[in-house]
Formats: sequence, C-alpha cells, structure tokens
Amino acid sequence: MFILEKRPTPSRFWAWGTPVLAVVLTMIAGGIMFSLLGKDPFAAIKTIFWDPLFGEFAWYLRGQLLVKAGPLVLIAVGLALGFRAGIWNIGAEGQYIMGAIFGAAAGLAVYPTESRLIFPVMILAGAFGGWLWAMIPAILKTRFNTNEILVSLMLVYVAQTILSKAATGFLRNPEGSGFPGSRNFSSFKAAYNPELVAGTGMHWGVVAAFMTVIAAYVLLQRHILGYQIKLAGQAPRAARFAGVNPNRLVVLCMGISGALAGMAGLFEVSGPAGQISIDFASGYGFTAIIVAFLGRLNPVGILLAGLVMALTYVGGEMASTNLGLPSAAIQAFQGMLLFFLLAADLLSNYRIRFALFMKEPR
Amino acid sequence: MDFMGINPTVLIASLIVASVPIMLAAIGELVAEKSGVLNLGVEGMMIMGAICGFVTAVGTGNPVLGFLGGAAGGAALSLIFVLLTQVFLANQVATGLALTLFGLGLSSLIGQGYNGIKPPATGVVPFGPLADIPFFGRVAFAHDWMVYFSIATIAAVWAVLKYTRAGLILRAVGESHDAAHALGYKVIRIRVLAIMFGGAMAGLGGAYISLVRVPQWTDGITAGAGWIALAIVVFASWKPWRVLIGAWLFGGITVLQLNLQAAGARIPVEYLSMSPYLVTILVLVIMSSGRGRASLNAPASLGQNFHASH
Amino acid sequence: MTTETLLSIEGISKSYPGVKANDDVSFQIGAGEVHALLGENGAGKSTLVKMIYGLVKPDEGQMTLRGKGYAPSEPREARSLGVAMVFQHFSLFDALNVAENVALGMDNPPPMRELAGRIREVSESYGLPLDPSRLVGDLSAGERQRVEIVRCLLQDPKLLIMDEPTSVLTPQEVNILFHTLRKLSAEGTSILYISHKLEEIKALCDEATILRRGKVVGTCTPREKSAREMAEMMVGATLNAPERAAAEPGPVALKVQNLSVASPAAFGTSLKDISFEVRQGEVLGVGGVAGNGQDELLLALSGELRTSRDTVQIHGRGIGDTGPNERRKDGICAAPEERLGHAAAPDMSLTENALLSAAVRKRLTRNGFIDWAGTRAFAEGVVETFDVRTPGIGTAARALSGGNLQKFVLGREIMQEPEVIIVNQPTWGVDAAAAAFIRQALLNRASAGAAVVVISQDIDEIMEIADRFAALNEGRLSAPVPTQGLTIDQIGLMLGGAHGMHEAEVHHVHS
Repeated sequence: MFILEKRPTPSRFWAWGTPVLAVVLTMIAGGIMFSLLGKDPFAAIKTIFWDPLFGEFAWYLRGQLLVKAGPLVLIAVGLALGFRAGIWNIGAEGQYIMGAIFGAAAGLAVYPTESRLIFPVMILAGAFGGWLWAMIPAILKTRFNTNEILVSLMLVYVAQTILSKAATGFLRNPEGSGFPGSRNFSSFKAAYNPELVAGTGMHWGVVAAFMTVIAAYVLLQRHILGYQIKLAGQAPRAARFAGVNPNRLVVLCMGISGALAGMAGLFEVSGPAGQISIDFASGYGFTAIIVAFLGRLNPVGILLAGLVMALTYVGGEMASTNLGLPSAAIQAFQGMLLFFLLAADLLSNYRIRFALFMKEPR
Repeated sequence: MDFMGINPTVLIASLIVASVPIMLAAIGELVAEKSGVLNLGVEGMMIMGAICGFVTAVGTGNPVLGFLGGAAGGAALSLIFVLLTQVFLANQVATGLALTLFGLGLSSLIGQGYNGIKPPATGVVPFGPLADIPFFGRVAFAHDWMVYFSIATIAAVWAVLKYTRAGLILRAVGESHDAAHALGYKVIRIRVLAIMFGGAMAGLGGAYISLVRVPQWTDGITAGAGWIALAIVVFASWKPWRVLIGAWLFGGITVLQLNLQAAGARIPVEYLSMSPYLVTILVLVIMSSGRGRASLNAPASLGQNFHASH
Repeated sequence: MTTETLLSIEGISKSYPGVKANDDVSFQIGAGEVHALLGENGAGKSTLVKMIYGLVKPDEGQMTLRGKGYAPSEPREARSLGVAMVFQHFSLFDALNVAENVALGMDNPPPMRELAGRIREVSESYGLPLDPSRLVGDLSAGERQRVEIVRCLLQDPKLLIMDEPTSVLTPQEVNILFHTLRKLSAEGTSILYISHKLEEIKALCDEATILRRGKVVGTCTPREKSAREMAEMMVGATLNAPERAAAEPGPVALKVQNLSVASPAAFGTSLKDISFEVRQGEVLGVGGVAGNGQDELLLALSGELRTSRDTVQIHGRGIGDTGPNERRKDGICAAPEERLGHAAAPDMSLTENALLSAAVRKRLTRNGFIDWAGTRAFAEGVVETFDVRTPGIGTAARALSGGNLQKFVLGREIMQEPEVIIVNQPTWGVDAAAAAFIRQALLNRASAGAAVVVISQDIDEIMEIADRFAALNEGRLSAPVPTQGLTIDQIGLMLGGAHGMHEAEVHHVHS
C-alpha cells in the first residue's frame, strides 16, 4: 500500500524530472510491446531514439527532425497557452487543415504570378484560416457556454471533409489530368517554403516555431496576460477577482492557438508536403497535445518535447522500414508516453509514502 | 411511399440500427458522468471495443462472444483511465484525450491482418408473425438482439438511477464527493465501477460498429462516434431516456445523409457527410444556451478528482 | 446527574505529516450528558470527532462505548452502534431532495414514501419542520442543518456529535436548537458539542474538555467558570480587545443604492434592493446567517458582478458597471471569504499572489510587462508589516496556515491604502491572535480615513469593531443602526429571527 501526501509547494525537481521519467518508462513499456510483436526491443528502441541522431543516416534524418518538430512545436505552444488557462482546444488538427487550405488557396489564386509578397500573404491567410476555425468554438463558448472540447473536435471532421473537397474539387490541379491534389508548390517559386540551409530541414515554419517559443516564454514569464492565463487555469474565481475577463481570455487563447495551428498547416503544405492532397492531415494537431503536456505546458519544455516526439516519428519510420514495425505501434507508443507523463505528474504535487505495515488501531 | 428515392420504413428501421453504437456508448458515459467522472476517452474505448470484438468474433466464430470481447476491450482500456485519474489523480480531460490517442493507435496495431475479413453474422431475433405486420414489423420487430439490448440498458439505467439505493449513492457521489465521503461512502470504489461500466458500454458500442453496422475492420472505424456520444450526454441533460432520443436523432441524420448520397441528391457528398458533426454542434449550442439549462443538470463534481485529505 | 459512562476515550493520538493533530487525548461522556469539546481553530477538535465517527483511525489509544471496545472502521459501523454526527460542512447534496439526503445518511432506510412520512413526523415533534420533497440546495442554512439533525434523530442515536452547529443560525434559531438538544438529553441521548463559543457552552453543556494544539489542557464544568477563564484556557494567553481612536466620520465614501442582482451561483441568493452608505472613517458591520447573500454582496461591491452604473457609487460617482480593476483604481479594495481559490491562487507563490489584486494600485506593470522586482518588494512588505509567518515569499499560498494566509490577503488589500475596503468573514477559521491582529488592522485603516465594510457571520466580531450594524436576510439588507446599545435579541430579530419556525412550535417543544 502507498499513501499520497500533498506537498505544501509543488516540487521543482519533479517538474522537470517527470517528463524524463515518462520517456524512460515509455521506452520500457514500448520495448515490452515491441517484443510482444516479435521484434527485438533493444534494436527497436535504438532505431527510434539513437539512429536518427547518431546512426548511419543521421546526416539526413537529423534534418527530418526539424521538419517534424516545427509544426508540432508551433501548434503545441498555442495549445499550451489555452490548456494553462483551462481552455481545451483539441481541434488543432482542424485548424491546421483549414490554415493549409486558406494559405494554399491564397497562393494558388495568383498562380503563376511571381512576387515577393505572395508568401507573406499566404502566411497571413493560413493564420487567418486557423484563427477563423478556432473562433467558432470560442464564440460559441462565450456566447452560448457550449463545450469547446466537443465543438473544436467536431470541426476536425468537418475540416477533413472540406480538405477532401479541396483536393478533389476547388483546389485540384487543373493540369493534373483529373487526379486529386492541388498544384505542387515546389514548382511555384513565389509560394514555396524551401529548406533554408541545405541538409538541416530548417524552413520558415521552423523559424516561426523558434520565434513563437521565445515570444510565448516572454508572455508567460513577464507579461500580465501570461499571468492572467496561468491564474485563470489554476484558480478561475481568483482570476475573476483579479479582474480577468474569462470570455476575452477564451477568444484570445483559442485565437492564438488557432492562428499558430493554421500557420503550421500553411508551412507544411507549401514546404514538406508540397500540395493539398486527400491525406494531407497527418495527425500533427493531435500529437501536439502530447507534445504540449510532455513539455509541461512550458514553451521551452515544448521545444524539447517537440524534438523528442519528432524523434519517435523519424525513428518510427526507420523502424518501420528496417524492422517491419507497424506504424500503428508508434502511434500507440506516443499515446503511452502521455499516459506515463500524466501518471508521473503526480510526483510534482504529491509525495508518495510506502507503508509496509499499516497500523491498525486495536 | 418513397420520397426522393428513400423509403421511410427502411429509413426508420435503419436509423434504429445506426443509433445503437452511440446509444450504448452514451448511456455508459452518462453513468460515469453521474458519478462525477468526465471520461473523454469514449472514442478510444469504442474503437478498442470494435477491434477486440471483431478479433474475438472472427476467432471464435461466435458473435455473442465477440460482443463480450468488445465489452472487455472497452473496460480494459477504461482501467487505464481508472488508474490514472482515480489512483494517480491525473487531470481527467488530458487522460481522456490520451485514452483516445492510445486507443486509436493500439486498435490499428491489433487490427493488422484483419482488414477485409467478414465477421460472423449477428442474427435477427425471430419474432415470428410480428415481423410481418406492415410498417411496425419492419421498424420494431426485425432487428438483431443488440438493438433490444441497448434499449433495455437505457431502461435499466433509468430505473437504477431513479429507484434504487445504488443509484442514489451514485448520484450522491457525483453531486458532492466530499459529502459522500463524510457519510462513509467509498467514493473511489463507486467511481471505478462507474468508469468500467462506461468502458464496457463503449466497447459494446464499438463492437456493434465492426460486427453489425459496417461489418468489417478498418482503421479509425468509429469515425468520431465516441465524441458524438459525449455530445449526446449533454444533449440528454444527463437523463437516460433522452439519450435514446438523442441517439435516434443522430442515427437518423447519419442514415438520411447516407440515403441521400445513395439516392444521388443534388447536395454535394461532402456537405452531406459533414452534416452529423454540424448537427452535433448545433444541438450542443441549443442545449447549452438558454441560461445554462443543460449545465444545471450536470453533476456538480463532474471532472473533479477526489483525494481524501484527512 | 450522570450515572454511567457512555463513551470513554483513552490516550488517543493522531499525527499528520508535520502536525500532531491529537496527542494523548482522554475524556469521558456520561449517558444523557451534554459534553463540550472546546478549542480554537486547529486545536484538533475535528480530527478527534472524525475518529469517534469512524472517518479517521487513531494512531494510538482506545475508545470504549458502553463498556465495550470501540474502534469503528467506517461511519456505517459507528452509526450502527448508535453514534451519529451533524457536520459543519460537506454532508448535504444540493441537487437531491430532503428525503434522499436523509436516506443517504441511514444504513437501512425505509422506502421513500414511508421515509418522507417519518421525516415529517420527527421534524415536527422536535420543532424543526421540514418538507421531504424540497431540494436541499433551495433551503436556508438553518433548514439545511435541520436536515442533518433529523437524519441523525431518525436513527435513534445514543451519542449525537455536533460540530459547530450554531455558526449558521440566528440567535433565535440557536434557542430552538438548544431546546431540541435539551429534550434529547433528557431522553437519555448524550451529546458531544463542539464549539469555540463560550456563552453557548455555558448555557448548554454539563461538562467541557478543552483542547489546545491537540492536547487536553483542562476540563471544567462550564456553569461554574466564567467565559474569560475558559477563553484563557483555550487560547493559552490573555487577549487584548482591539482599540480605536474615536474620530468623527467624514463625508460619505461608498454609497449603494437599490442594488438588485441575480446570483451567479446555482443555488445562490440574489440581492434585492440593497441600499446603504458608509462614511470615511466608519466601519459598517453586515451580519447575517450563511447563505443570505454575503458572497453576492461582496462580488457586487468588488466589481466581479456588474450592475447598472448608479447602484454603486464612490464619492458620489457611479461605478456599478465597472470591473474589479477599474474599481481598484477608484480606491475600492476587497477581500473575499474564500481564501484559497478566490482571494488567492493556492499553487502560486506569495509574490504572484501579491500581483493578483495589487497590480493596478501599486503600479506593478508597465505596458503590460510585470515589474517582478517591485512585486517582490511589495510582497515582502506585506509579509513584514502583517507578521505573516512563512519561509519566504516564494512559498505557495496553500502552504500557509489559515491565519497567516488571511493576514497576507488582508495585508495585501490594506497596504494598497484603499479609500473603501470590503471584507467578508475576515477572521473565519483564524486563530484568536491572528483574528485580533486582523481586526486591529481594519480599525487602523478606518482611523486613517477609509470606509470599511465588514461582512461577518460572527456577531461578536461585528459588535467589537463596527460603528453601525445592518443585517442581511434572504438577499435584503436592513437599515443600518448604531451598534452601541444593541442587544443580542434585537440583532437576532434583524437577522430574520427563526426562519420558518413558529413560536407555537417552540412552546409545543416545551410542553
């Protein structure tokens, strides 16, 4: 038996220790899962966590890391602001899709014009698309007190339908001989989001992610708005006492996270993905939820967590080609990571005392 | 008697079938929420039920065992939720999301190699001559046993909550866990049972999708049904019979849009297939506004973890 | 009078991490005896009764009930042996009706219809009428307590534990309760009566055990001791009454005019047509039994609840439609009742909590960026000036004791030098020394020219520091009257007398 005892002050050590512990526990549990699948657990873990960084193809895979981490971090930072305030936007996947569609549409509308202004306008359009999609649950929450979790999630399914409509209909490549999918941005220079330094995977989305991390860090540490976000999440009544307008905060947090997710979608569609296609949505919006928690809702933590999660993507693909590990196993592995993190989180607020002999009064 | 190529008798009969998965999942979630637990992992538990039920049914050749396997799969996943929220006091919203993400991954992992297989058929309950009554026979007496089981479950949950001591205690725990604890009730134990009931029901609902509704296995087969079930609980204002109405409403919309697609209506297919989700949002808005009518019925301790401090 | 011992407690100890809640506690309760357990907040009374009721297990010691070993492992067992308890808080369910609430407190309740009949019968015979089908959330505080008492009485208890039962009652309701308890005692039921109100204990109890910091520091027969003697045993020190310099009140600072507003809470009380004025240098005490609109009044004055412009005025200027920070700018500061979660964020440090309400008046932000150095200096100042015992300003608010956190919260508001300050239950759950300190600080603020509104359920507190008194009753405020010369009976009538009870029924109890 063990007894939980609330700590008077949250533990600083475990605040940073829990994510590490969670990763280690996930490796162990994941290893067991992989061996149940008949794979060598040590080889699998090494392929996922070591090879992309130091293995034979690390020169290529390290770049892939940033490509995957960029959108994850960008989305997760926005989500974390909302989660901190107790606002649960879990429809980032939908906002990501809508950002991609809006941004791509803005670019494709002026094809084949070449102008330096096109890409910045696309970024704005992408951010606007995500923002707009996030405003639906935000406004419904503030006006009608509708649950933002369910609405934002329903809108993911709606966005996916719009995406398939875009790929097969209004954004389809007119020269694509009827196949679904838009024009490829790699052949449309003004609208293309290229790799900035060859071999690093660094594109404008990654730059934006780094800038967002810094901005969010400053916001949370130094700005009254960040303070209000934290306060509203921890003690909603105290926040009202402090003069925080809850509705304003909902609109703000949903708006920021929507715009960031939309931007992530735009950077993805104009760069690594290259085009709007039916299978453009790859679940970044959902994985970013894990990243946000793994980073303890802290921008710097999210940056690290995004890289770890990117590692599981890149390494997972490697494990899938080299060891035949099913890609679903990686998805389950990522889910497990969140479980262990949530469980380990207990350590930062509670002390665990193991009682070998329970005293019975008698 | 066809409208736009749609036969109303067939439409009603098939909406009753279409509503079964969300009805089961929603009534399970209703019980969990009545005990004060918000489990957002319904989608994950449903899809685990769908694959576990499918694997069991294919393996044994027996659909009844398949449903039991589905219930067990959903309940097993809910145990993780139990462990995290009731023992480790993790945030219920985050844990529910994790449950869904994990369930989607694990189900597709288990389901490898089951694509394209047909499960054993679940038979129609023989009502004899009753089934031959015009209209009513087709609508009410020509379904498989799970249809009747799901309606019976609603009735049972309603009766237990309203008339039994166990139901009273469950509602009390959801209303104020501190008061229930002070009176000596085992808050955690009651919630664990409620969560597992919710998991088993979601699993049954999922199994119904893969064994009867579709019937085959594909990744992500539940397609948001779990989330719609969550919305139905809000729609139902935590009242069992309204879950039935909500499930029929959503079943109806799903069936209608599929029929319209098949009938080649002039509305683009995409708009039809997003309609269940849009209607869900609309219903949530209607139920939530009006000075928080719905939220007044919500259990007061919903989503809060309990830890006996002294 | 007492012939045989019902419950005897020998050498009971119970420790929690960092605190010894009970240390070698022993005492006895005789059959039919009304036994007082007297002590300050945090003296260990609640822990002790929780052990008697089976909610907590003692680390050491034993209990004997009617000569047999008694160690209940859960409340059900305690109830089956004839031990019943009326809780101070947390044992009723707002959304369930009276009969359901009663059923939940019984182990083998009869069918609902029969139970409803018995509730009517028992409640009438003890002068505590109740309608079994009403929702508990709609009941007044006094009626809610009746539900708990009736729940206990239906089980025919041998020992009835009452935890601070009068804190939610008007003086008249207290009288009726005492009649009920005396009747029970005469019928042979023992009562363990927990309180820190000395006059009540003198009026009701046969014997008293006094606890201080978990230890028994004395026993006495309350009728033979003066309240002062018992107070000193309880506190362990002599107490000074707060002082204030007499001063003429200045012009009206705060004016409230026809304030009506619906409660934001599900079972809250709406405010109905409230009007009053407070002058500079004056203390207005707003009394009332819990749940009569105290929270709502504070919210409406602090700006968390907005109304029309002219319902709340400062120096003649309407501010009813502004929010908390605009009002702070105008000189209104407030301290809500609930310290953790409303006045302060439990998991945030004292520094961060200092920023919570002081950002505006102490100019702790520049263009929205937080001046952390300034905030830390302000927090340090509050800790120092108000003698807040804490390891440092980096400590989380939840780690502070109730009294220290309340000193911090009050200090944070007072050190902003407000022109109007509104406090709700400023000394609730606070030890006597801290309470005296807080009252003195409020009086000092009044002497410095502020208008002070003290909302309190503690009549003694109001009589001690207020110049004028007004009663809040079902969301309505009586016209304020000077406190000087006011008797407890007059106050009781202002508070609404005995809610829903009739003198006839009281007489019925007598006969």
